[in-house]
Amino acid sequence: MKTSDLILQTATKLILFLIVLFSVYIFFAGHYTPGGGFVGGLLTSGAILLLLLAFDMKTVQTILPFNYLYMVALGLLFAIGTGAGALLFNTPFLTHAFGDIHVPVLGELHLHTATLFDLGVYLVVVGVTMSIIQTIGGDE
Amino acid sequence: MIQTVVYIALICVAVAMITLLYRVIKGPTLPDRIVALDALGVNIVAMVALVCIALDTNAFLEVILLFGILAFIGTVAFSKYLEKGVIIENDRNS
Repeated sequence: MKTSDLILQTATKLILFLIVLFSVYIFFAGHYTPGGGFVGGLLTSGAILLLLLAFDMKTVQTILPFNYLYMVALGLLFAIGTGAGALLFNTPFLTHAFGDIHVPVLGELHLHTATLFDLGVYLVVVGVTMSIIQTIGGDE
Repeated sequence: MIQTVVYIALICVAVAMITLLYRVIKGPTLPDRIVALDALGVNIVAMVALVCIALDTNAFLEVILLFGILAFIGTVAFSKYLEKGVIIENDRNS
């Protein structure tokens, strides 16, 4: 029987962006309030999971043409890169640096290399979760 | 004053959750249980909000939105399993 998922698909198109925005907020708010790369990554994969529920594997693979295993590798590279970057400045491994940097459009920003490490955590969490879901969900 | 009101509200929500739990255990069909679990999620959201007021903190406000999203995704996944037998289709047009 062919069923119509019009309500689910329309609701997904609206809610998806709210979830992604919330996950990005949680990712960036991790330094001062509860949150961080892990919860943000899980919430982003939750958004992609909602897309998978409303549509199907093939459509989502067309919308987001990522290889999630590469995403895991990229996240690990980010994590090890921020750790190894400290070695260039004659400091121990995983020493983080921070400072107030003037960015042309945004103005004065307080930036910290721990955010890049957290970005690595984020990418690994999204990649691992989505490859687990894709491996179990795809019945080929 | 506000503490007393919050505690009374917490007890009311707890009673509602116990009655919902009765529906989860007793519920004759699977959809009954799913609706009861969805409502339990909403009640947990209410409880977190009330605990936030009782502890006088705003550290748990993200949890509220998170629980709402997770309850929604879980309910959608369960409903799709009931309707189609699969949760994630491979190609819906074939």
